[in-house]
Amino acid sequence: MKIVVCIKQVPDTTEVKLDPKTNTLIRDGVPSIINPDDKAGIEAALQLKEQTGGTVTVVCMGPPQADVALREALAMGCDDAILLSDRAFGGSDTFATATIIAAGLKTLDFDVIITGRQAIDGDTAQVGPQIAEQLHIPQVSYAEDIKVDGKALIVKRQFEDRYHMIKVQTPCLITALSELAKPRYMTVSGIVDAYEKEVKVLGFEDLKNNFDPANIGLKGSPTNVYKSFTKQAKGAGTVLNVTADEAVQAIMDKLVEKHII
Amino acid sequence: MEGFKLTKTQLLQQELFRKFAENEIKPIAKEMDEKEEYSMELVQKLQKCHMFGIPYSKEYGGAGADVLTYTLAMEEVSKVDASTGITLSVHTSLCCPCINEFGTEEQKQRFLRPLVDGTKVGCFGLTEANAGTDAAGVQTTADKDENGDYIINGQKMFTTNSGFADTFIVFALTDKSLGPKGMSAFILDREMEGLSVSENIERMGIRAASNCAVTYENVRVPKDRLLGKEGQGYKIAMTALGGGRIGIGAQSVGIAQGAINEVLKYVKERKQFGKTINKFQNTQFKLAEMQTKVDAARLMVWRAATAKDNHENYAPLAAMCKLFASEVANEVTRGCVQLMGGYGYCREYPVERAMRDAKITEIYEGTSEAMKMIISGSMKV
Repeated sequence: MKIVVCIKQVPDTTEVKLDPKTNTLIRDGVPSIINPDDKAGIEAALQLKEQTGGTVTVVCMGPPQADVALREALAMGCDDAILLSDRAFGGSDTFATATIIAAGLKTLDFDVIITGRQAIDGDTAQVGPQIAEQLHIPQVSYAEDIKVDGKALIVKRQFEDRYHMIKVQTPCLITALSELAKPRYMTVSGIVDAYEKEVKVLGFEDLKNNFDPANIGLKGSPTNVYKSFTKQAKGAGTVLNVTADEAVQAIMDKLVEKHII
Repeated sequence: MEGFKLTKTQLLQQELFRKFAENEIKPIAKEMDEKEEYSMELVQKLQKCHMFGIPYSKEYGGAGADVLTYTLAMEEVSKVDASTGITLSVHTSLCCPCINEFGTEEQKQRFLRPLVDGTKVGCFGLTEANAGTDAAGVQTTADKDENGDYIINGQKMFTTNSGFADTFIVFALTDKSLGPKGMSAFILDREMEGLSVSENIERMGIRAASNCAVTYENVRVPKDRLLGKEGQGYKIAMTALGGGRIGIGAQSVGIAQGAINEVLKYVKERKQFGKTINKFQNTQFKLAEMQTKVDAARLMVWRAATAKDNHENYAPLAAMCKLFASEVANEVTRGCVQLMGGYGYCREYPVERAMRDAKITEIYEGTSEAMKMIISGSMKV
């Protein structure tokens, strides 16, 4: 099975702060990590490879510094790594990003593409599904578990109050929840090997025939950030010292009064 | 390392060691210390990450990294648990080098491979009840029988890892009349008849590490398990110890840095006289002095490791880094306990353990006094 995992390098949001004046992320001194859902995707891919044989190729779009994220994936056991990087790709929104990644994936042979559900620095959960649409392949999002069934996969998809068991033919795309698999550590020898391998870099010139240049970068992005701001702290809530039944009634009344329900 | 900076590969290795130490070792370090028992589950996790074969060639199943990377591992694990440091160190820089540097090709394939590929754990038996710094005073004997095999008799003290190790490097006299020149080195297996390991010796620090007396009673050792030639034992032991000191230097740096890291968190929270104690100049200056010494010690460790990686004469550099770093570890952990006051003395906080653990770094793999003998010798004083 040929598996491709798409990953993003993100600032470790457990350590990130917002600049109160500009409302943008303070990235100085903040460590960069592989997005947690994507890392679970890498682990799931490696487990699939261990079951069925084949290869795991990891793909990342980002600046040259994202190289280290790909090395980490190689050190975990991925076979090949590709960095999609070009100044022309900068400022892309989810649509433009998916356009570029899909263009990169068109250069590869694959059975399964795994992406993380969403990145912790944007939380849109759009790029994975958009890649599948652009490649015209079926997709299953919010995967908690993946099993191989011949040439198909059976995916347990998390849903609001239940889960779905979905059988999907390959080639397909799956978006991974972090619950899908607990990522393994890199190994010392894996890191040595990772830096002996070549990370292939594909830029605008390499991919220009695979996308419409009007659909990439800042100019090709249909969404723009209008304003970003920090949430105001909420005031103190109301404390009800009444019986449980009375409290339920009071809360329901309030929700109806505020047209929430 | 280039220009005092780690390479990209070394930085990623350091990140692996740091995360592994934080997630896998730190949560159980206190419990292991209290129980005076090392976790076998942790040994397996370390082996899985290839941390038991860091500076060994891939040709023999090692990780293929350098000595400097090994010191990074030693520092990161020792920041949270010095017992893990010594467990790794005795295996990696005392047991394995004997086979790697003096073993035949056949011995390397047979004995080194399982040690560095993460299958087996090794230990090193030189010290005896009456042969400590005076290692030439070893009394364990290895007598040749009619087949040319050896019969080993004697007792070794303070053999780290011996409680669970599979492979034992043992030093014994093949010719008592020659003194240290009659000493030879052998590769033994735990299962050999006549080899018995005592209970863990009760100690002040590094209490989770396994450290026992090992008795050899008529242990028959086939002749293909002699390392090098008869009479090379003392040289083999001194070579291994010479490199091992770099690891102990790194362990010392880790113990000290780990204690500073704990204190840095504490002083920002602890309030006295109406303000957090990090606002007091005494706190600031003490931490500044301690960090400066730790950084100096680390650079000395890296210098010695780089010299070993470059096959230069590293012995005096290793002795210097061990001498300095171990003294810094003791001074700094004592200072950290002092900055935390009564709470520093409590077992609830890890600096108490760090201070107990630090002491041994001035003693094992050559005391500070022995280091001064080596350093002054290299200066031709």
